[in-house]
Amino acid sequence: MTRKRNPVVPLAVGLAGAALIGLLVYGIATRSPIRTLDDAIAVGLHPLAPAATQTLPVLGGAGKRSLSSYAGHVVVLNFWASWCEPCREEAPRLERLQRQLAHHGATVLGVTYKDTAADSEGFVRQYHLTYLSLRDTTGEFAHGFGTDALPESFVIDRSGRVVAISRGEAEEAFLQRGLSLAESS
Amino acid sequence: MREVPLRRVAAGACLALALTLPTHTAAMGVALAPRASLPTIERQVMCVTCKIPLNVAESDQASRERVLIRRLIAEGHSEAQIKSTLVDEYGPAVLALPSAKGFDLAAYLVPAAVVLALIALLAVLLPGWRRRARAQRVPESEVHRLRASDAARLQADLERFE
Repeated sequence: MTRKRNPVVPLAVGLAGAALIGLLVYGIATRSPIRTLDDAIAVGLHPLAPAATQTLPVLGGAGKRSLSSYAGHVVVLNFWASWCEPCREEAPRLERLQRQLAHHGATVLGVTYKDTAADSEGFVRQYHLTYLSLRDTTGEFAHGFGTDALPESFVIDRSGRVVAISRGEAEEAFLQRGLSLAESS
Repeated sequence: MREVPLRRVAAGACLALALTLPTHTAAMGVALAPRASLPTIERQVMCVTCKIPLNVAESDQASRERVLIRRLIAEGHSEAQIKSTLVDEYGPAVLALPSAKGFDLAAYLVPAAVVLALIALLAVLLPGWRRRARAQRVPESEVHRLRASDAARLQADLERFE
């Protein structure tokens, strides 16, 4: 005689397993860097810069600023930290770019990420950076740009749209893109 | 010499005690509060660049974080104050323990849910297992009882070996 098995237990175990796997997939998906901007740029779109109204504290100064306060100006947004080795290579190039951009009402805007204010300020002094940097103290601003590693840079046009992305150390061609945009508009 | 009434002396003593008590308790509070230590905090925070607990991290950034923690300890900050400062400087990602909100809440809820599910599963399955075990159990009397023919054969064998 075959014994009739209760179907509730295997069903419940299966559902619980599926729920755990679903939770894992959701966690991985939400924690992974967002690549929406890259996808849009790849097909020739210019998406609006994320978190533009989010205010961040000014490094080495008082008050807060947001990306939207630069509306009407070309901005080369650069995420950096004092512990980031490629940022050391990049800093002098960004400072040279800043001097050129300043003639066209454009600017480099630094955003420090996972770095202490004291270390960041030391970096600014060491590389004689004249452009403003903001402190992303929660990492939410960087997350909006899909930034998970440093350095990363974004060229933002006068209407607040992202037109170019550099994930990694910004090359000369990328920086020239920002400059030519500032000169042309 | 005029005698000071005992009640006045007592009142004066109480006043003096009341005035000095907050100072004493504050001093005792400082003395009783557990002093923050680097190994304790290292276990609770992350190296923000290497994304591993600080107590096992070896990078330059890990060393910087340790320098900051040591400085805060030397300045007399408590463990909670030091962790709060680290969050201000590096963001919430510096904490090794997940926060108790959003998706991070799952880190606390899932283990509890798994334990509850296992208890519920056992509650469902155990009675069935016990019923089956009882049904399959052979009565002791049946195990030890020999048929008459077997008993006779056993007896004959034993006699032959004697």
